[in-house]
Amino acid sequence: MPHDHHDHDHPHALLPPDPALRVKALETLLTRKGLIDPAALDEIIDTYENKVGPKNGAHVVALAWTDPAFRAALLQDATAAVSELGYYGRQGEHIIAVENTAADHNMVVCTLCSCYPWPLLGIPPGWYKSDAYRARAVREPRKVLAEFGVSLPEETAVRVWDSTAEVRYLVIPQRPAGTEGWSVQELMPLVTRDSMIGTGLAARP
Amino acid sequence: MTPEPVFEQPWHAQLFALTVHLNETGHFDWPDWAARFGVTLADHGLTKDLNGGEDYFNAWLETLESLLAERGLADADAVQGLKSAWQAAYLDTPHGQPVQLPE
Repeated sequence: MPHDHHDHDHPHALLPPDPALRVKALETLLTRKGLIDPAALDEIIDTYENKVGPKNGAHVVALAWTDPAFRAALLQDATAAVSELGYYGRQGEHIIAVENTAADHNMVVCTLCSCYPWPLLGIPPGWYKSDAYRARAVREPRKVLAEFGVSLPEETAVRVWDSTAEVRYLVIPQRPAGTEGWSVQELMPLVTRDSMIGTGLAARP
Repeated sequence: MTPEPVFEQPWHAQLFALTVHLNETGHFDWPDWAARFGVTLADHGLTKDLNGGEDYFNAWLETLESLLAERGLADADAVQGLKSAWQAAYLDTPHGQPVQLPE
């Protein structure tokens, strides 16, 4: 790395990239106007870096696999069912759960921007936000799935759900065979992030 | 499976938090934000295929700057002035010292 030595004998602090300075400028201006509280920003970052992530969604899926009453409630009104577990959208969005079966495979995209069920899955991965995925998920979902290593039987229909600012989707993947009698805690690690977006399947035990 | 960082760059995290905070304190609603962001992304996507990383947050920043300017919350000249002030502060601060704006 040719720039490494700069870290040691640089005469001044390393200048952040242009957009980083623009963000600092906005923060300074809004703080001076009393419109934002810098401590609240730190708390939001801490929440998304450390507290919210795919393990929330995995908890919901593992519960749906093991508790028929919860599964029914989740399919009926996911927003209400997950908020009872303490997961709710801070942007006021609704969550809809869609269940994968032998007949139907669901996958989720946001063709507009990158709407995503943050409370259940955290911040979306880069590929979810890319033009390539956003454009192709709708046009050629089977091809996209194949690139993720998912090949489905011919008779399985693929349904693609386009998220919006108001409605976000959680895919309930199929429970893997060989997990009969497993507890929620044992099942959770099998529920990968991609399986809840529909670009993957739940891991096999 | 390699764990991916939630935010690749500190400024991505700051920008995300700033936007969420402004939404939560009622300065704009999320559907309005998403519609505007979608327009910027579509616009940027005309000239190149966006990779969902750095260019995604550049589009996010541009959207927030124009929204705040339009709402009279952050005037473009004032933002530009503060950006220059931060740049000068970085260049004037000895390496290793905390960077602050002059009072």
